[in-house]
Amino acid sequence: MTAAKAQAEAPAPMERSVPRAGWLVVAGKEFADHLLSVRFFVLLLVLGLAAGIPLFLAAERIRSLASEVSGAQAVFLALFIIGPQDVSIFGLDVSVQGFIGLAAPLLGIAFAFDAVNGERAQGTLPRLVAQPIHRDDVINGKFVASLAAITLVLLAVVLLISGFGLLRLGIVPQWAEVLRLGLWFLVTVVYVALWLAFGLLISVVIRRAATAALVGFGIWMLIAMFGRFIVNLLLGAFAPVSSSAPVDQTLSTFQLHDFVLRLLPTTLYNEASSVLLNPSLTQTSTPATVGQLAQVQQQVPTLLALDQSLLLVWPQVVALLALSVICFAIAYVRFMGEEVRA
Amino acid sequence: MSAAAAPAASPRKATPEAPIVTAGLTKRYGDLTAVDNLDLELRRGEIFGLLGQNGAGKTTTILMLLGLTEPSGGTARVIGLDPARDALRVKRQVGYLPDSVGFYGDLTGRQNLRYTARLNGLQGAGAEATIESVLEHVGLLDRADTPTETYSRGMLQRLGIADALVKDPEILILDEPTAAIDPIGVVEILDLLRQLVRERGVTILLSSHLLTQVQSVCDRVGIFASGRLIGLGTVAELATRFGNDTGRVEVSFEGEQATAAAGRIGPTLSALDHVESVDAPAQPTDPWTLVVKPASAGRAVREAVLAVAARESLGLTAIRSTEASLDEIYRAALKQTGLQQADRDTAAEATDPEGSD
Ligand SMILES: Nc1ncnc2c1ncn2[C@@H]1O[C@H](COP(=O)(O)OP(=O)(O)OP(=O)(O)O)[C@@H](O)[C@H]1O
Ligand SMILES: [Mg+2]
Repeated sequence: MTAAKAQAEAPAPMERSVPRAGWLVVAGKEFADHLLSVRFFVLLLVLGLAAGIPLFLAAERIRSLASEVSGAQAVFLALFIIGPQDVSIFGLDVSVQGFIGLAAPLLGIAFAFDAVNGERAQGTLPRLVAQPIHRDDVINGKFVASLAAITLVLLAVVLLISGFGLLRLGIVPQWAEVLRLGLWFLVTVVYVALWLAFGLLISVVIRRAATAALVGFGIWMLIAMFGRFIVNLLLGAFAPVSSSAPVDQTLSTFQLHDFVLRLLPTTLYNEASSVLLNPSLTQTSTPATVGQLAQVQQQVPTLLALDQSLLLVWPQVVALLALSVICFAIAYVRFMGEEVRA
Repeated sequence: MSAAAAPAASPRKATPEAPIVTAGLTKRYGDLTAVDNLDLELRRGEIFGLLGQNGAGKTTTILMLLGLTEPSGGTARVIGLDPARDALRVKRQVGYLPDSVGFYGDLTGRQNLRYTARLNGLQGAGAEATIESVLEHVGLLDRADTPTETYSRGMLQRLGIADALVKDPEILILDEPTAAIDPIGVVEILDLLRQLVRERGVTILLSSHLLTQVQSVCDRVGIFASGRLIGLGTVAELATRFGNDTGRVEVSFEGEQATAAAGRIGPTLSALDHVESVDAPAQPTDPWTLVVKPASAGRAVREAVLAVAARESLGLTAIRSTEASLDEIYRAALKQTGLQQADRDTAAEATDPEGSD
């Protein structure tokens, strides 16, 4: 009788259940960490400036443009693609779009370069992988948390700019423009995800966080700033463009350039981003034949419908996704079978 | 109502299987064999000590038991499961304290434990109560809400033990649990381990090279040397096996007389039957240790000492037989296998064509 009573009063036996989604637990902790971290404030600062400076500098131009072409299409999107004239940084025009394209890789690397090797250095990795979660939960959780933090700020920035345009400049977006902006946002998130995946990869492969950061930013710099230059240099040596060559051959050389440049994630994103935000862009690649060339030259400037723009950027988006998947796959393979020793 | 004071004890299924079994477990790193053909079987509810010098293969063995590294050969079974295949279920039941354990420095001790609890699917009031109670058990309750970057090494070690206990494990695997903990803390921790075994039937595997501690807490020990298990059993069993059938008698004399007769005591004791050697203490008032052979002659030697003391009119304050210390067993075991190693080397030399011309 008393035994039965004691039994009833005793706390219910704790469930021996394994958490159903270990990555969610990891992501929850990492996200909370991010929100309080120095790096989050840097993120706010960088994206805030990326949005604020071009907008501030270009506000006059946009305002005059808006009154000039009142009723014209795609003025709202000009908020994102028009920068002040005659100002450029690293050869990129100082527009919101350009700045965000520049900042996205930086943020991706900054939020991931120490994800795994940081745990290793702190001595928390053996404890973490000795808990009942899958190893990939560690990587996935950290990826999701970082992506969520960056996306959140990115979203805030885009909404702020839209609000500025709407309230201060009186530009009312059309539905097509809102849709375009939404798609551009999605592509930008994919781009950030790629660099996050790359950051995770180096955090798995390189044991020291400081070295990983150096390597990560080094590679970014190589691709973003000197990528075009290096590609041109290499192709100049192997497939030079000569003025005496027939048009057909020149065109095919240009196509080769295009193709090689497209192996660079920066090119992929910039193309996709420009096409989505700028309906007057009707193509991303060099015409393949003389006929096409003639066609382009005779084209009447028109605005592209959204589905046509989408068709144009689809390959770029797929390529960006594929690159992310490759980074992830390598990181998984390296991390899964690894011995975790304190 | 005592829910907050004691971790919720869960009923354990009485599986007949031994909690940890290894058969021919081997780990090679290139040419180096870190663990060589290990056959081990732990019994339910025992404290098992893994002893060995640096680099003997203790940590490697533990990593294989947790599925944190793949064995090169052989099998390991933890609660009847393969730690490489059934990793999640094994890890849910096994609390692990890594050597040089680390925590997230910007989180408090309690927050760190909360994260571990979540990763084990524990949340809410039950988990909070468990955290509170394990913190109390390891004596960290007063520092529980300060960031762990302000903890001392020993406090981190204690938090590590608490961390291993949060999931209410069936098996505890502790890699050097008392490293960096002060002497009084060690006694507390060892008491805690015994309490866990007594109250919850936990099985504990611990590795250490602090032999006196292991001796005082372990039911059985395994002695490791360069990856091989060279001795396995209770301390007494190992003493008979490696101690060359010797026993020990400790004798303490009364202060003044002992000081006066310091020179005489040594030779007198050595002259007794069955006494192999006499360890003189630094201070004549400290206990003298007589090494007795055969071990069964302890009683005869004690009586002889009493007779001598009466004859020489020395006042005795204490006399008792003690077990061989694990320290000595360990050294003897290493020496014996070391000799075997040397034998093999000379044998190899003898067959060497250049060495035998
Ligand atoms: N990743 C590795 N690659 C090569 N050799 C290794 C590796 N990890 C460990 N070893 C070797 O394996 C052997 C066993 O190491 P282990 O860490 O198991 O020793 P231990 O008994 O835990 O020592 P300690 O008391 O110092 O903790 C050592 O000789 C070590 O050098
Ligand atoms: Mg070790």
